[in-house]
This record gives sequence, C-alpha cells and structure tokens, in this order.
Amino acid sequence: MAEVHIPAMLRELTGGRAMVEAAGSTVREVVEDLERQWPGIRERLVDGTRLRANLSVAVDGEVSPLGLAEAVEPLSEVHFVAAIKGGAPT
Amino acid sequence: MSDRQYAVVGTRPVRHDGADKVTGRALYGADFQAADLLHGCVLRSPHSHARILRIDTSKAMALPGVKAVVTAADFPQGPDRMVDLGDGDVPISYVRGNLLASGKVLYRGHAVAAVAAVSQHIAEEAAGLIEVEYQPLPCVLTAPEAMQEGAPLVHEDLKTKELGQPTDRAGNVAEHLRFAMGDIDAGFAAADVVVEREFRTATVHQGYIEPHAATALWNNDGRVLIWCSTQGAFIVRDVTACVLDIPVSRLKVTPMEIGGGFGGKITVYLEPVAALLSRKCGRPVKLVMTRKDVFEGTGPTPGSFIRVKIGARNDGRITAAQAYLAYEAGANPGSMVVPGAMCIFAAYDIANVAIDCYDVVVNKPSTQAYRAPGATNAAFAAETVVDEIAEKLALDPIEFRLRNAAKEGTRRADGPKYRRIGCVEVLETMKQHPHYNAPLEGPHRGRGVAVGFWFNIGFPSSCNISVNADGTVNLVEGSTDIGGSRTSIAMQAAEVLGIAAEDVNPSVGDTDSIGYTSMTGGSRTTFATGWAAWEAAQDVMRQMKERAAKLWGVDPAAITAETGLFRSGENKLTFRELAARLVETGGPIVGRGAVNPKGAGGSFAGSIVDVEVDPETGKVSILRFTSVQDAGKAIHPSYVEGQMQGGSVQGIGWALNEEYFMSSDGAMLNSSFLDYRMPTALDLPMIDTAIVEVPNPGHPFGVRGVGEANIVPPPAAIANAIYRAAGVRMRRLPMNPPAIMEAIWDQRD
Repeated sequence: MAEVHIPAMLRELTGGRAMVEAAGSTVREVVEDLERQWPGIRERLVDGTRLRANLSVAVDGEVSPLGLAEAVEPLSEVHFVAAIKGGAPT
Repeated sequence: MSDRQYAVVGTRPVRHDGADKVTGRALYGADFQAADLLHGCVLRSPHSHARILRIDTSKAMALPGVKAVVTAADFPQGPDRMVDLGDGDVPISYVRGNLLASGKVLYRGHAVAAVAAVSQHIAEEAAGLIEVEYQPLPCVLTAPEAMQEGAPLVHEDLKTKELGQPTDRAGNVAEHLRFAMGDIDAGFAAADVVVEREFRTATVHQGYIEPHAATALWNNDGRVLIWCSTQGAFIVRDVTACVLDIPVSRLKVTPMEIGGGFGGKITVYLEPVAALLSRKCGRPVKLVMTRKDVFEGTGPTPGSFIRVKIGARNDGRITAAQAYLAYEAGANPGSMVVPGAMCIFAAYDIANVAIDCYDVVVNKPSTQAYRAPGATNAAFAAETVVDEIAEKLALDPIEFRLRNAAKEGTRRADGPKYRRIGCVEVLETMKQHPHYNAPLEGPHRGRGVAVGFWFNIGFPSSCNISVNADGTVNLVEGSTDIGGSRTSIAMQAAEVLGIAAEDVNPSVGDTDSIGYTSMTGGSRTTFATGWAAWEAAQDVMRQMKERAAKLWGVDPAAITAETGLFRSGENKLTFRELAARLVETGGPIVGRGAVNPKGAGGSFAGSIVDVEVDPETGKVSILRFTSVQDAGKAIHPSYVEGQMQGGSVQGIGWALNEEYFMSSDGAMLNSSFLDYRMPTALDLPMIDTAIVEVPNPGHPFGVRGVGEANIVPPPAAIANAIYRAAGVRMRRLPMNPPAIMEAIWDQRD
C-alpha cells in the first residue's frame, strides 16, 4: 500500500488524518482507492480526467509531470501538493 | 561535491550570441520591421478603480493616418469559461480583461483601447482622442486593507477558494491555503525562546531593461504571425489563440532576442491586441511599451504582509515555526503567495509547522513572477526572525542554521521529503568563506547572513540537432535565451558529441520550427532544455555509430565513441571525418530530443553582506557582498556566477530602494528609472561568488537551475547586517534612508 499524505485543507475528509494508505499502481488508481475509503475526496483532487489545475502530485519526493498516470510502487510516498506553475513556480 | 571532470561541461567558452549583442546587431522586439508596418498606441486608465460607462472611438478613427482602433468589444464574445493557460484554471474574462478592460478598470495603467496608425505620433494623438467616460470607485491598495470587512471589492463576483475549492465567502481574498505538519502547539510549548514578528514588503518591479514589444500580422490566409519579446513563444501562441478563439495551428510566434524578463515576460500583454488591430486593417502592427507603460501596465511582484513565529530550545534546535502570509495579487488572483508559503521554512528541518497564506486582490497591476516568486518576501521575514533567535541563544547565526538545516530526507511543510540537496554544503561554504572570517572594523558597520531556497521546475522542452558536413552541428531549441542558455544548452550537446562548444551553432526556433517548449523561467532552461539537447545528441551519436558501422561492415554495438573519436578495432574516424561521409552512408543526420522531466532538484543560496549605516542620514552602503549557491553542476561557471551576481543585485535593490511609491488613490508616483531607484554598478562593490556543486541526481550532468535562489536571501542578510551596524531590526522593505532613520529615532525614544 502506498503512503498518501493528505493536504491540510482536505483532512476534514479523512477524519483529520494527515497520512493514510491506499492501493494502486498509478496515481489514478490510488485516488480511486482513496475515494472508496473516504468518499468525496476524489472530487477535491480530480477534475474530469486530470488532477485539479491547482494541484500537482509528488511520488517519492518528485513532482510528476504525468499527474494521474504516474506509476506508484507499493511502498511509494504520494503527496498532493499545490501546483507550482508559470515562472514559479514557476 | 561534484568532482566529475568533463571536456566541455564546466569550461568557459565565449557565448555564441556575444558578438551580436556587444556590437548592437542583435534584434530585439522593437527592432522588428516589415513592409506596410503600422505603429500602435495603447490607451491606459488614469483611475485605479472605476466603472467604464462609455467609450467613443469615433474621433480617433477620423484622424488621418489612423487605420484601426480596438477595445474589449473586439474580442470574441460569449459566456465566460475557465481556461488553463499554465497558471491553473482562470476565467477567460480575467485574461481578456487584463489585455483590454471590460466593464471596469482595476488599476491605473489598465489598458482600455488601442490604435494603429501610420506613425507613432499619429497613434499617440489618436489615443488621446478616444473618449472614455469613467465612474471612479474607491480603491484598495494593500492586502491587510483589502481583507477588512467592508473593503471596496475589486471583483464583485470573487469568492474565496480553499485549495481550489470555491467557498461562499465573497471579498478580496481569492485563495486561502494551509500547510500543516506535526503539532504546532506542542512545538511552541517545547521551546525555550519564541520570537514573533510582523513584516511588510513593498511592490517592486522586475526592472528588465527592454520594454515589452510585439508585432502582429493577421495574414490574408488566416494565419497570425507574431514577433515579440517573450520568455515563452509557445505561451504567447497558446494565450493569443485562446483569447482570440482560434486554433493554435493558425499562429506562428517568433521570439526575438530578449532584454531581460526575470519572470515578467511570461505573461502576454500586447500580442493579442496587436493581432486584433492587424485583423481590422490587414497590415502588420507593432506595439512597444514605454517605461511608464511597463511600470503601470505590467505585473510587478506582490507587496506583502507576513507574520512569523519561531520557537527554539536552548540547544539551538527549532521546535516550531508558524507563518501567516498575505500577498497582494494585484487586479487578478495569482500573487505567488503559495510558493512563498512553500519556501518560507524550506531551509530547515522542523517537526511542527503551520502556514496559512492568502492571495488578495487589490487595485494594482496584476502581479507576476519575479525570480523565485514569493520566496524573497518570505525569506525576509523568516530569516530575520531566525537571526534574532540565534542572537538570543548566543549562537553564531550560521551555526544556528546548520543545527537546523534541511538535508536529504527532510520533509517540507508542504509535503514531500527532499532528495539530495545542498543546504548544508551552502552553509558550510559560507561559514568557511574568507569573507565570513575576515574582521569587519570601523563604526556603524555590520555583517549579516541569510539563506534561501527555490524549487526549480522541469516542464517540456524540445531540441533538434542536424549534423553539417564540416563536423559542426546546428542546434535548434525552443527556450528564449535570457542569460546565456543557448551556450549552456549547446555545451551539453557538445559534451555528448565529443566536439567543441564552438562547433555547435545554437539558435532559438519559432513555434513552427521546434517542438513545444515551455517558458524560460523557473530556473528550468539549462536543466530541461539542456536535457533535451542531451537526448538529441544521444540520438545523433546513435545514428553516427550506425554510419560508421556501415562504412566498416561491423555491428553498431561494436563502435565506441569517446571525445569525438569513433573506433572499432583498428578503424577510427573523428566526428568531423564521419560527418563528411553522411551522404554516402544514408543521408543527413538529425537528432531529436523532447522531454518533460522530473527531478528538477531545488537550489539553496546564501548571502554574506557587510554594510555601513550613516547614522545621520540612514544611507546604507554595501561594503562587501558574497553570494553562495548550489548549482548541482555548473555547466558554464561564468554564467552561473552572472546569475548569482544578478540575483544578488536585484535583491539588494529590493532591500534598500525599490518600491512602487503609491498615492492614496492608487497612482504610482515614480514610474521612471529616474525615480524608481535600482542599484547600478556605481552603487555596489564587486559581488563575490562561491559555486557549490552538489550534483542533482535527476539530471544527466547533475544540473540544478541557478536563476532564482540567489535573489531570495539578500534582503534578510542586509536587514541582519543593518541590525549589527545600527542596532535596529528592520521589518519593512525597502530599508531606505527614511525607514532607517525612523527606526533609529524610534529606538532612541
């Protein structure tokens, strides 16, 4: 199971937990498993077929350009983080 | 530290674009010429906040020589919709509304209409004939004021979002985000020393020397051709296509040479307007901003209000850190407060952290990126408090930072753990640097230090390399060259190809000539486009080996290639010799590289500064300044040093002088370089540099971007130096003579 770190402002959906476990070989599958455990969280993370525009996902410390398609290993650490775009984050 | 030796990487060849730039032959945005070219002028709002009741362009159109006038009504009309143009979802009405105001003007300098005419003078005269009837509205200019109940609303329909989720709270707060880790109350309870301070920073501009300039031709075949000064030709293409509601394939954007950007030339201001004018009159139209236009009509970096609270034990370990950041977004959401919040404690390993940040709209120009956007404001606050705690604990300020420094495995408050980083190495280099260990003698003098962080980013890049018969190669890439990146990219290709940097002829392609490449920004260019060049060069080498194998009748796998020499047994050919035989072995060789890489690898930077404060006038003189930064691997050390010096100087200007000096009704009163005081070579000593190399495991050569982290620590380091020189803790930027004197007098009282 991957270790999924929940942004502070979504912890109301996970009973206040900052970290939960979820299964999946991609971020998309991990989100589906999160939704199964914590209904309502998918809508806050995903917009249609992509991550919400203000979010990025980091797997094992690296922000992924692939988003929901990024591969997740059984012991991966998954973070949903604020997107850094443009000149920033650019 | 990097000890890998390369043939090309790490050397200092002459830059490929140097001759054109020092002889004045390089062509910048305003230099573009075309047959039948018209000149344009943009009419801008004299009010910081007003309703537009009526626009009458008839007198302007009637002026002889005027060929077209446009207003927001000339944009495609229709219901508002959300678009993602690289900065998250935004209403297209905001994007179009910043190009040409519709309904309301939101800041002084907001574009309202534009004219194209046969001469610049006629265009300016015609702009003056456009009649705009305004209903002035009360304005709001700072984040704390805009957050108050009953403050004038910049956007009547704006609702606060929380992590992108709309709430029902109306007001000027566009976004609230929170980062939290550990138990903040327990962390402060465990502290022996707690310091809490408030800070304010003024709006400042990137100050690029070349004003924005764009020429557009809406051609008879329906294609739109644009030549402009931009940090991202593909962003210009995509934004222009979006606001004009045409396919991207109908646009071709050619980036001209660029005279600085620092994040401020990612946003599009002129190109769609020039295109609209051209569509109306069928001729190419050039728009060039004045310096006043640049200050009043483009995006500076946000002013901010920040509160920081840090607790530490007597053994020098930080137990908790808390921050509240409210940044001025300007007229539209997007103040870069989020990266500021993510960077504010990024240099430290702290178990208990709570950060709240607010993106607040005000009646100033929409703010944009400026070199490590958001991070300099944040570091000014955090690093000043860190310095104060070190003093209370009687610890050397660098030693205190080292005891808490982030390292591989440290978790940042916004989530991920660091991979290999160079924070400790930067601090150790500072501690051992001759500057830090030199005596500082004389009255009213003080030394200060600070560190800062910037993430750096990846994003897509493309590169093509074609081999010439004389053994040189032509390299086309998509990143506008602002700081010598053409050469740093060419050097990475040369290293792989085993040829000299001078044998690579690099150029920046237009949007028809090269694959999608994101903007030059986020310190990504040498990292990501360099990686694309590495891939393209690998592709060339694979094909070159196949050609050699064909000549020698051997398996390509049996060919070795080192430093430009292909070998198989007794057979050998240099790169140049093999390049001369491409026609007979199958034809031209073109290599391609296209990447969207992870692993950008953040960069840490530190500043050491000595100042002298005149106690009678408050003038601060920089006596000595040293910039230290982790470059991962410095591809071209001279350019890395140049980035460190440039970022440091901009940080010094931000610290001591620069600010949008605003009237109470929202007018910028110093919108020229005579009054907006940026440091010059006459104001500063030579900026010393020390490059630290902790290779980035996420890049073939270990590169970390170096364009931004260097601007983050200077204001805090200077504030800390001023404290030691004059005994006053400065908590407001700029720290100009009036501010220093006020602080000295307050202390005497």
